[in-house]
Amino acid sequence: MRWLLLKDLQILRRSPLQAALLVVYPVLIAILVGLAVSRGPEKPRVAFLNEVPENSRISLSGKRLPSANVQERICEKVECVQVHSREEAVAKVESGDVLAALVLPEDLINKINSLSTLSPGTPKVEVLVNESDPLKAGQVDDKISALLAQANLAIAKRIAVEGSKYLNLVIRGGELPVLGSQIHILGLEASAHILEAIEPAVPRGPLRVALSQVTEFANQAGQNLDIAGPLIKRLAQPIEVHKVAVGGSSPPLETFAIAVAATLTLAFVTVLLVAGSLALEREENAYPRLTRGLVSCEALLGEKVLLGTVVGLVVTILMMAGLTIFTPIEWSRFGLWLAAIVVGGAALATAGAALGAVAREVRAVSLLAFMVTLPVAFLSLVPAGAVGKGLFDVIKVITALFPFKPALEAITAGLDPSGGALGGPLLHLAILIVAYAILARVGLRRFARV
Amino acid sequence: MRARGLNKRFGERQALKDVGFEAAAGELVAVIGPNGAGKTTLLSILAGIQAADGGEVETGAGAVGWVPQQAALYRRLTVEENLLLFARLEKLPDPRASVEEMLALTGLGERRGEIVARLSGGNQQRINIAIGLMARPSVLLLDEPSVGLDPRQRARLWEFVSGLAGRGTTVIFSTHDIQEAERYGNRMLVLADGEALFDGSAEELREAVRGEAAEAADRDFETAFVAYLHHRGH
Repeated sequence: MRWLLLKDLQILRRSPLQAALLVVYPVLIAILVGLAVSRGPEKPRVAFLNEVPENSRISLSGKRLPSANVQERICEKVECVQVHSREEAVAKVESGDVLAALVLPEDLINKINSLSTLSPGTPKVEVLVNESDPLKAGQVDDKISALLAQANLAIAKRIAVEGSKYLNLVIRGGELPVLGSQIHILGLEASAHILEAIEPAVPRGPLRVALSQVTEFANQAGQNLDIAGPLIKRLAQPIEVHKVAVGGSSPPLETFAIAVAATLTLAFVTVLLVAGSLALEREENAYPRLTRGLVSCEALLGEKVLLGTVVGLVVTILMMAGLTIFTPIEWSRFGLWLAAIVVGGAALATAGAALGAVAREVRAVSLLAFMVTLPVAFLSLVPAGAVGKGLFDVIKVITALFPFKPALEAITAGLDPSGGALGGPLLHLAILIVAYAILARVGLRRFARV
Repeated sequence: MRARGLNKRFGERQALKDVGFEAAAGELVAVIGPNGAGKTTLLSILAGIQAADGGEVETGAGAVGWVPQQAALYRRLTVEENLLLFARLEKLPDPRASVEEMLALTGLGERRGEIVARLSGGNQQRINIAIGLMARPSVLLLDEPSVGLDPRQRARLWEFVSGLAGRGTTVIFSTHDIQEAERYGNRMLVLADGEALFDGSAEELREAVRGEAAEAADRDFETAFVAYLHHRGH
């Protein structure tokens, strides 16, 4: 077997272009996919025109509330491009320089302030979008709706906080600033205490009964309004999200990206190399000569799987070492992810051998290997919930039949403890190794000697 | 080598029908016949590449060397690397000495370091044959060995093969070239549609034709051979 392995390495060395393509192409794809997976979408560029006068503030009962920092909040979520006129905003949207424009009109704060008056207006903001691209239009609708919901929430929270302060003043009393001077508010609790103190001094009779009723009311109102304070605050955000992780924890995005990049590299190198190398034995007419007593068919398959696993391992580790430039890798878990790469590589190599067994031309088998590996790899990255349940069940079956997904799960688990258990994917890969080895053997028997 | 009652079927087509023959040590047996006669199938069964559906093959002591019609070697390796690989796979006691011997035999010593893909078809065929001889077989099976060779290379090949037979190697070769079969074969096995129609010397075949088409028997051997097939409905 070692002489065949040496021969394959010599052939690989003699084909520098193919060898380079075999290594460079998957590594490039892996890095691109890794970067795409590890980075969230870029912030959309939105033109922002704020025509609200600088010193305008939302007022409540004549009191100016502190700024809710709406602009800062919006610009955290999108890349704000400040514009100075509506025309400039329109031009930027039309040219595609920005995805949309958000215009806060001059009378926005006045309209908001009018909500607490007898003639309330309707505060409006203007959103300019370019509807020529339906995909972008949908994206803008979602993004702007989310931004405005956040802005409304921020304002509502601020109003609720101020409302609660006033309610507190009514209950407990205190100082109320009015037109530059302070007015003392007695408060329901203090009123009740005073009335309770006066009550014994009032002669028994209808007056005392009436006083007792007023005292009772002051006490009840104080107690009940005390409950109203938290209620007002809750009104601003009645539903709160409580996130509970079930079904296992997930590894950090960077770790997952490394695992994806490593598995892609491993898959392409091993599947293409093994399938191509096995097809080459037939393309060179060497297969019958080898298997008529020099090498058993099983030994030849074993040699190809070993070749794929070793070359795949070396390329994947080099690629991962290169990735450490971008993101750190847990080298203390080297043994675990090495085991995952070796077993994953062996399973992918065996799958490559099964593909290589059915075709006698290197070009045909290379195309076949691409046609199988690429879609399976992408299907393996489809998360649960991204597609309908029925379709996802089909995807689960397809991806379970090819070693890419279990190899990805094993490498993820090897890289990070939160990536799940390593045993399950390794067992899955071991089963696939046996299944594909049988398929490869049957394929060679069926096709190779024809 | 002895074959008895060999049968082989590919789907509906009967590739070999009850074919049998014997070849003694040092004999050169030419297997001839039209396209699709079953020549390659017979040789691949004798070589153990394919299993027969029925019948048996007996080989004496010693290995059976096989040289396929299309060169079975690695075109991206050098001449020497190819020979060394197969010498090692044959588990020869001294692979490098065997390589030197084969390089001398094929006359490719000076081109040992060349990539096989850059060699002519004739030179590739010489390496192909050298690999088949590597284990010093007692029986050598050659499937259309002279295809693609120029006359000079062809003459050299047969000189080489005749030398092997002279040293006691049984050589069984298939060919389309009837003149070549007459010239180098001690005996010939005529196959047509999977059936063995004739087993004997060139003179015996001419004699068989003489009774059926006298004018063809006295012309060149190819004409006699075509007449022989024609009279048997092929």
